[in-house]
Amino acid sequence: MSAKQSKTSGKTPGLTHEGREYSAETLHAMHDSMLFIRRFEEKAGQLYGLKKIGGFCHLCNGQEAVCVGAQHAARPEDYMMTGYRDHGHILARGADPTAIMAELLGRAGGIVKGKGGSMHMFDSSLNFAGGNGIVGEQVPIGIGFGFASKYRDDGRVTLCYMGDGAVNQGAVYESLNIASLWKLPVVFVVENNQYAMGTSLSRASAETHLFKRGISFKVPGMHIDGMDVLEVERKMSEAIEHARSGEGPIIVEAITYRYRGHSMSDPATYRSREEVDEWRTGRDPIARLQLQMVEAGFASEADFKDKDRDIKKQVAEIAKAAEAQPEPDAAEVWTDVYNDPIEGAYPYPGKVG
Amino acid sequence: MSKITYREALNQAMCEEMTRDDRVFLMGEEVAEYNGAYKVSQGMLEKFGERRVIDTPITELGFAGLGVGAAMAGLRPIIEFMTWNFAILALDQIVNAAAKMKYMSAGQYSAPMVFRGAGGSAARVGSQHSQSLENWLANVPGLKVVMPSNPADAKGLLKASIRDNDTVIFIENEINYGDVAEVPDDEYIIPLGKADVKRAGNDVTIVAHSRMTGFALQAAEELAKQGIDAEVIDPRTIKPLDEATILASVAKTNRCLVAEEGWRFAGIGAEISARIMEKGFDDLDAPVARVTGKDVPMAYAANLERMTLPSVADIVEAARVVCNRA
Repeated sequence: MSAKQSKTSGKTPGLTHEGREYSAETLHAMHDSMLFIRRFEEKAGQLYGLKKIGGFCHLCNGQEAVCVGAQHAARPEDYMMTGYRDHGHILARGADPTAIMAELLGRAGGIVKGKGGSMHMFDSSLNFAGGNGIVGEQVPIGIGFGFASKYRDDGRVTLCYMGDGAVNQGAVYESLNIASLWKLPVVFVVENNQYAMGTSLSRASAETHLFKRGISFKVPGMHIDGMDVLEVERKMSEAIEHARSGEGPIIVEAITYRYRGHSMSDPATYRSREEVDEWRTGRDPIARLQLQMVEAGFASEADFKDKDRDIKKQVAEIAKAAEAQPEPDAAEVWTDVYNDPIEGAYPYPGKVG
Repeated sequence: MSKITYREALNQAMCEEMTRDDRVFLMGEEVAEYNGAYKVSQGMLEKFGERRVIDTPITELGFAGLGVGAAMAGLRPIIEFMTWNFAILALDQIVNAAAKMKYMSAGQYSAPMVFRGAGGSAARVGSQHSQSLENWLANVPGLKVVMPSNPADAKGLLKASIRDNDTVIFIENEINYGDVAEVPDDEYIIPLGKADVKRAGNDVTIVAHSRMTGFALQAAEELAKQGIDAEVIDPRTIKPLDEATILASVAKTNRCLVAEEGWRFAGIGAEISARIMEKGFDDLDAPVARVTGKDVPMAYAANLERMTLPSVADIVEAARVVCNRA
């Protein structure tokens, strides 16, 4: 790893990493975003333990670098969608954290008014199109966004995320084939956290190098360290540029690790304590960036402690504000089913019987 | 008015809507260079080019989902399934994505689009290519289900479906593609959710959709010879269902039967008869009868196939029972 302060420019000194320069401001933004996601997820875990969050709740602790690095590489007009482990992605995209927390708590001010919950987060103003609970479902949808961009020639790229579990779904192969055949501007990001629920990659996949899964469709693949936010940003920038240039889709396999179970109800007995510790303490993306920033002289350990305290406080306030919101109005049961309800035809929107 | 086929009527509807709105495109297996497996898209590639008339690989889940994403992104896809039998492979995208997108995103996204293709029983093609799935789809909140029974309805309903802002399941009938009838030349739209009284009568209401509408009209002619004056109602839109037209008819005739090609269990007839029971119970002089396909997979042999499907004679017989004339 080469991380040193750039002395080449007369502007604000930056950090040059693998030939790419990052300003102090960018590094702080990346760091703060990752740390915010970490603390937000921890709070969500607590609230789940208190039974204030119901149903399924899939946390992304450990995977923050993938969420944040990719966002720094993408443009605001680019589309993105993912599976059910979506809190980190939508937060990294810039959605209102109170609305995300309110959604987890099933409140009126939730980002989808309490109708989606943990797995179905959307923010159309940020071009964030879900939040899908069926493994791999977002992949054909993603190529649809890519198709629309090509149809309109709007220059947008679609970032379509999936996990290592999704890559064995047929929908993914159908999508890789179509995307390649029609050169759709889509980056397929495989967040390989090495376990599909409780099944390790090697127990589920004949080819465990998932970036190679596009070979028979002529979709190139990249294999990147998903625990290094700077590598994610750099490689995702390349991948997005590839897609935007009209060369067609590309797969980015980001090797990462989730520190928590698959969902809140998973004690994760299928992996050893040592394995989890190795990733948590040895490869943590936040600690790694902090070290780089300290070495570069952008911050001190004390600064990060202060920052962490601030973020924890901020997250606690968000949780409090979200909890204080009322539940959705009962009338919401009947809204958002149809755009064009038909007067007088059964079922009557808004009525029972 | 011009006399054209059911397939030509569908073709006209798509061409007119694609001329009107650049967001509309047609995608499916063999829709472009082959001109459609059933020639519904004849000439459309030539007319609109390969940007808007698009052949897909045989990959129903993939291109159905592509359509959902494209609709979410603001286009107006017409996704053709060569037949609805193959759409079973795409049901995740139809049921879990298209139908629920508006609700689960609280209105931020939705999938205004048409999934269309041939449904119902074909002729002598065996069990996997002969079935009616409209009750599956009509069960799902968020979907609209439309089934035209003749060329004029096919055109007007398809145009309305393409303009509709929701996900429309448009189920054509394979046997009806070659039917010829008068279709208005001028642009016209048949609103969704409106049933049509195809034949007025006073003694019994026959509710029948898709190919069974024609069977019901033939049965009504036979019943007329026997002194029974049947009213035939084609719901045209299965969901949302125009129950008001059906209930008004039952209030007049006091007797009703529902004919459908599909399986009996939890079929369209079950829904319609339940609604009549709930809202028109006092109007009934006899239990509502159901004429349906037999609850078995479709056989290949001609005699077995015939026995499995409802016939005109079955409808006549059921009407006589409902009218106490059996």
